[in-house]
Amino acid sequence: MNRVLMILLILTTGGIKLSAQTKGKNAPAAKSQVVTGAVMANGKKIYGQYCLACHMADGGGVPNMNPPLSKTSHVLGDKERLIKVILNGLATGEEIDGETYTNIMPPHNFLKDQEIADVLSYVRNSFGNKAGGISVGEVKAIRAKNIKK
Amino acid sequence: MKKILLIPILLSALAFFTLFAFRDSSLGGPKPDADNVGLKLPEGFGALKVADIGAKARHLVVTPQGIIYVKLARVKEEKGIIVLKENSEGKAQVTGGFGNYGGTGIYMKDGYLYASSNKEVFRYKLNEKNEVIDPNNPETIVKGLKMGRQHETKSLVMDNDGNIYVNIGVPSNSCQEQDRGLRSPGIPGCPLLDSAAGIWQFKKDKLNQSYSEGVRYATGLRNVVGLDWNQQNNQLYVMQHGRDNLNSAWPELYNTKESAELPAECLYALKKGDNAGWPFMYYDGIQGKKIVAPEYGGNKKKEADPKYLDPVVAFPAHMAPNGLLFYTGKMFPEKYRNGAFIAFHGSWNRAPEPQKGFFVAFQPFKDGKPSGEWEIFADNFAGTPEKAAMNKADHRPCGLAQGADGSLYVTDDSKGTIYRIVYSKK
Repeated sequence: MNRVLMILLILTTGGIKLSAQTKGKNAPAAKSQVVTGAVMANGKKIYGQYCLACHMADGGGVPNMNPPLSKTSHVLGDKERLIKVILNGLATGEEIDGETYTNIMPPHNFLKDQEIADVLSYVRNSFGNKAGGISVGEVKAIRAKNIKK
Repeated sequence: MKKILLIPILLSALAFFTLFAFRDSSLGGPKPDADNVGLKLPEGFGALKVADIGAKARHLVVTPQGIIYVKLARVKEEKGIIVLKENSEGKAQVTGGFGNYGGTGIYMKDGYLYASSNKEVFRYKLNEKNEVIDPNNPETIVKGLKMGRQHETKSLVMDNDGNIYVNIGVPSNSCQEQDRGLRSPGIPGCPLLDSAAGIWQFKKDKLNQSYSEGVRYATGLRNVVGLDWNQQNNQLYVMQHGRDNLNSAWPELYNTKESAELPAECLYALKKGDNAGWPFMYYDGIQGKKIVAPEYGGNKKKEADPKYLDPVVAFPAHMAPNGLLFYTGKMFPEKYRNGAFIAFHGSWNRAPEPQKGFFVAFQPFKDGKPSGEWEIFADNFAGTPEKAAMNKADHRPCGLAQGADGSLYVTDDSKGTIYRIVYSKK
């Protein structure tokens, strides 16, 4: 548990450092907490292309089939779990806040780190959600760990 | 003098009133609710709310004695079948329940109630009042059926020759290597077809059957929820849930508009050995053609092998037909006799285009064949057109049943409302 916390701490501070270094050039996406208008705009575009067909324009999902993205523990909770849903898809049939969903989500690992960071930042700040953004660094780190498996 | 005159007048008025009131209720049967439970219906029809059971109500059976058996998608308080009893006004109370398993299929025939979990079919012996005699000890008729996460339900229906037909939906959208994946190709030959994506036939009174005792009656059907035995043709009819994700999996071939309108939701009349072509093809209702699926070399235009079965009716895409019922009652006008009612649960895979469905449609039949265009029969389960367009429906029609008097019952698997549609114009 402590190790996980340590890793998270390192990742978060790493992300902030990275954002400080690249400020100006690549500022919007690199920031880990504050989500800018540019990130939201790009995130919305990616959402429309890859997510909306199943999760709906308002993030409401489809009862029993595709989970909603508004105020659910998977979206607002652990960032690593959320990033892994994008990378690996979700096919376990696990309960999400007391409901189950039948459709399989395919892996979306073809999306670039930047795209994943932006779309997740968008999702975490849309549909009534209010949570910190997700940085490119966070996605990169988890993708690196994910590949080893 | 005045008093003496008044008594016979009062008495006759009372007699007249009683007679009139009695006559009225005995003729009319259950009366529609003032608002028709929010439904939009053709002239002369009305609807009443039989009950709200607050559970995912799938298919149902209504007995001539006014007992209603409702199959629940998910068990509620250890009950997967809810029992209700109607009063003379047509309003029903929950009187109990049994069957600790979720599922969709339920059917009554020849003194038994048959019900399915997502892997098995059970049956319960009924007494002469159509009450289940021993709810805790059903016989297992079929077991060990495949069940994936999607298309897991096992709808069922029976013919008049001792056979039961069970849908085994396939846990896949279009048999891609990565289900619903971007540009993922189809698995050659689609091996899933050996034990799913079809209708299997079993004997209605043989215990513990599974694949080896059953017959794959028809194949190439992705998933069927609504099905019925057409008594006029003595034939099985099924409504297929057509494939999804043409745009999200093949964005270079299909734009979002085309993806919303393709493929058609098809009504098939099945004979033993038929193949409806999933996953190798889909039916394009706009071109009226069978088209090779993009996973198997299709390019949106290339026509499929003509050996695959043609639908008898093609409905708009993605509306999710969950109930099919051939109407044999006498209550509704002549045009409805032997025609098909279809409960469309409502679409999701039309986004970003507006969603469609959330109604009960009617397809007229004449001499055992579709005759004329289908029409929307009962609309506005969603509450408003906006809620339907957004997939924010208040209610989602699922199961259909015919009452002894010819009423049409409809379940809603969102909030558990049970509707009864009656015809009152004489």
